[in-house]
Amino acid sequence: MLPSAEVVDLSRLQFGATALYHFLFVPLTLGMTWILVIMESVYVMTGKPVYKDMTKFWGKLFGINFAMGVTTGLTLEFQFGTNWAYYSHYVGDIFGAPLAIEGMMAFFLESTFVGLFFFGWDRLSKEKHLMVTFLVAIGSNLSALWILIANGWMQNPVGAEFNYETMRMEMTSFTALIFNPVAQVKFVHTVAAGYTAASMFVLGISSWYLLKNRDVGFALRSIAVASGFGLASILSVIVLGDESGYTTGEVQKVKLAAIESEWHTEPAPAAFTVFGLPNQTEERTDYAVKIPYVLGLIATRSLDEEVTGLIDIKNQNEARIRNGMQSYADLQRLKSGDKSEAAVAAFEKSKQDLGFGLLLKKYTPNVTDATDAQIHKAAADTIPNVFTLFWSFRVMVAMGVLMLFIFTASFYFTAKRTIGKQTWLLRLALYAIPAPWIAAEMGWVVAEMGRQPWTISGILPTYLSSSSRTTGDLYFSLTGLIGFYTLLLAIEMFLMFKYARLGPSSLHTGQYFFEKKQAEVFHA
Amino acid sequence: MTFFDYETLKLIWWLFIGVLLIGFAVTDGFDMGVTVWLPFLGKSDEERRVIINTVGPTWEGNQTWLITAAGAIFAAWPLVYAAAFSGLYFALLLVLFALFFRPVGFDFRSKLPNPHWRNGWDWALFTGGAVPALVFGVAFGNLFIGLPFHYDDTLRSFYTGSFWALLNPFALLCGVVSLTMLMMHGAVYLQLRTEGTIQKRAQKAAFFAGLVCAVSFTLAGVWIAYGIDGYHITSMQDVNVALNPLTKTVEKSAGAWLSNYHTYPWMILAPIAGFAGISLALLSARFQNERTAFVFSSIAIAGIILTAGFSMFPFIMPSSTDPVSSLTIWDGVSSKKTLGIMFIVTIIFLPLIMLYTSWVYRVMRGKVSVQSIKDNTHTA
Ligand code: HDD
Ligand code: HEM
Ligand code: HEM
Repeated sequence: MLPSAEVVDLSRLQFGATALYHFLFVPLTLGMTWILVIMESVYVMTGKPVYKDMTKFWGKLFGINFAMGVTTGLTLEFQFGTNWAYYSHYVGDIFGAPLAIEGMMAFFLESTFVGLFFFGWDRLSKEKHLMVTFLVAIGSNLSALWILIANGWMQNPVGAEFNYETMRMEMTSFTALIFNPVAQVKFVHTVAAGYTAASMFVLGISSWYLLKNRDVGFALRSIAVASGFGLASILSVIVLGDESGYTTGEVQKVKLAAIESEWHTEPAPAAFTVFGLPNQTEERTDYAVKIPYVLGLIATRSLDEEVTGLIDIKNQNEARIRNGMQSYADLQRLKSGDKSEAAVAAFEKSKQDLGFGLLLKKYTPNVTDATDAQIHKAAADTIPNVFTLFWSFRVMVAMGVLMLFIFTASFYFTAKRTIGKQTWLLRLALYAIPAPWIAAEMGWVVAEMGRQPWTISGILPTYLSSSSRTTGDLYFSLTGLIGFYTLLLAIEMFLMFKYARLGPSSLHTGQYFFEKKQAEVFHA
Repeated sequence: MTFFDYETLKLIWWLFIGVLLIGFAVTDGFDMGVTVWLPFLGKSDEERRVIINTVGPTWEGNQTWLITAAGAIFAAWPLVYAAAFSGLYFALLLVLFALFFRPVGFDFRSKLPNPHWRNGWDWALFTGGAVPALVFGVAFGNLFIGLPFHYDDTLRSFYTGSFWALLNPFALLCGVVSLTMLMMHGAVYLQLRTEGTIQKRAQKAAFFAGLVCAVSFTLAGVWIAYGIDGYHITSMQDVNVALNPLTKTVEKSAGAWLSNYHTYPWMILAPIAGFAGISLALLSARFQNERTAFVFSSIAIAGIILTAGFSMFPFIMPSSTDPVSSLTIWDGVSSKKTLGIMFIVTIIFLPLIMLYTSWVYRVMRGKVSVQSIKDNTHTA
């Protein structure tokens, strides 16, 4: 018997919540490590102590964040097993590999050297310490690479085949897994998003020091690094984002149409809907405001390729579901012991649609006896929640445009050496600190909810993926995890604010604002 | 990978997972042991900071053995990863919740001077060491007894036991073995890295923990010989091909967990290493030969874990309610291709990891003392 639909939904909620928590901390780690490398390199090259202090101070904030990154990452590493056991059985042969490689190649590097970054200042030469910082940056970015290879495979499962003896997917090509185009674009977009987040963080906090007229030299130098790195990063996020990710992969096509709320295939080049209220039951977009040509350009980078509309995709999927019923029947025949050549050949022919057949499990355990009404329902399921995708995507893009403006302006004034005089910009940078986090969380909502109803696109429905646990188990773990993380998040935010407010004075070098003030009071 | 046949790869992966688990217990084991002792051996804030700073810079890399072991089990034994982690749901959550305390504990504790804050985090770190150390042993104990799970025809696993049933006397005894083993290891490590009063206290602590560990290890051995039914495979297809677990037959019988020692007498070296390791570690500790003590205590850990692995070979996760569903190293595994690729990855990266980890330890070597903490601003 399958676990109940409620268990599946709660497992999704739990995975989504813990992953979104994890990704509150990941972006800062990904970007801050490079910012530290830049700052420390300047220190090693020029020998100016203020750059050492910058590395240490921003490093302190990085450390507070890093601890939470590890705390939340632990859960994810185990959660595929605890909550997605059938998923783990079904695709572990492929999916487990990048996770294990991530551990050996990335986590070890990152975690072994991060301690030395903090504790090794007096035990290492300048150059060796810089090398350690560099290795931490490489480690965390490699970890992003491998986990996104895993995640990219869920969106576009290449290099794998179903084996009816072991009842699971098995790897046929490791290189296909690594060089999956979806994984590649995801990697570029996601790490660049992390670099953007860290730049915004440094820029915003430094701007606040300028507004308060504190530690001006320290803040100006930090802004110089953050605005340059930030501008390059936000340009990468926007320009390099998702170049080729949409030409391959079933789910990716559905996502694209859903993001745009494009119900009917329109003649190329398609128009871009700036505003609208997608209406899933009526399959139309209410109050739509469109700009001609733009969608075709974004999506296909050409003027003559079509973007397939949702209704057409749904109809294509219905045909695949019918073929999937046949495939399911062929598999039953093999499992009942008939391994004749004819039986094997029949299954080989139909098996690419087995996953679509499995979509019917939600409505009838036997699959092969599905009614037309049930097939319609299953086909409708293959279209994700359009409203959510449409708006999450727009919020992400809006944040991107906002940050593009902030980084461009900051970079411009830094180059003109007048940065700090524009209070409006300083204020804007301060208030925009949450922007990259909002964008990144929305991005994951687009990517993951857009994959529904599949965990593995076209292969394994979410409905079948979860562990055989009870709703009680799930309520317990969900409350425990959210409670725990919320508490720890509150503590982390408290420390983060405290140390950001203290600024470089927290280094106790005697050089900075509060220490000087104290010294003055003391001497008076 | 035409280099090895499938059977050999399956064996190699049993060894690799063993190496990862031993790596975890030997390295992060002393971090856990140290934090278990933290509230007891550190009487003042300064002393506690000394204790924390013996592991502060390196514990994070050590924990990665655990994370990587989990990832490697996923990649090499996906059926085990799925059935064990979902079956032992609450036990795993308990471990996770306890582990949460460590990254934040180590990092946040000394960021505020408030004594309640610091004391609170010290106990959080204690929990982060004690609970996993105990639960891992309890889990191993239950593997010996067999877990109540079975498969349906699509290989979906169902677990029919409760969390409380895991807390049976034999499993709890195994929990004591693993907890005291890591406590001994942690105390020996503390002795190596500290001086003066803390070092003296650590010496006593190691003796106490080692003694309890040796006694409980002996008891567990006797219990396995006389009190618990083992499992053995009565028929199986050729292990050199891809196997569905449901195609073999398995029986329970008294003393089956000892049969490997008859078939492969050299395996007896594992329990011997366990006992000898503990005795020689305590002896060396007694004569202030701290480095040697640490080596022997590591050998003891390896011996104890290998004893468990050897006794159960080739079983990984026997099923008490449906023995056919039991998972073994022959049928709980990934495809030949995946095992082959992961083999190459492992032989490249594992030595590298050991190399740079030992460099980091070299950099951070030396005694930690109240004075050294005061002199150095880069401490926790
Ligand atoms: C794009 C980047 C990215 C993504 C999508 C994920 N992670 Fe992550 N993870 C990181 C990037 C990262 C990192 C930057 O490497 C972290 C974050 C902060 C940190 O301490 O390292 C990290 C830490 C981290 C840790 C602690 C590692 C350590 O001790 O150093 C674990 C076990 C995981 N992650 C596991 C996961 C799993 C199983 C994920 C999939 C659901 C996942 N992460 C998504
Ligand atoms: C850390 C960044 C990530 C975030 C913020 C994120 C976000 C989410 C969200 C919001 C959901 C719920 C979707 C829904 O049920 O509608 C989800 C589900 C899921 N995600 Fe992710 N995700 C992240 C990374 C990953 C990665 C890297 C993987 C795989 C390697 C992954 C695998 C899954 C799985 C298995 C589910 C549950 C099944 C499902 O609902 O489809 N996620 N994630
Ligand atoms: C401004 C233009 C932007 C465009 C056109 C864009 C486009 C997209 C698209 C289409 C996805 C879904 C990818 C998929 O499911 O395959 C996505 C995901 C994502 N976006 Fe953006 N994005 C933009 C800005 C940003 C910004 C500013 C950030 C954060 C700083 C960001 C962070 C993310 C993240 C973390 C994901 C999830 C990971 C992934 O699937 O790559 N994006 N983006």
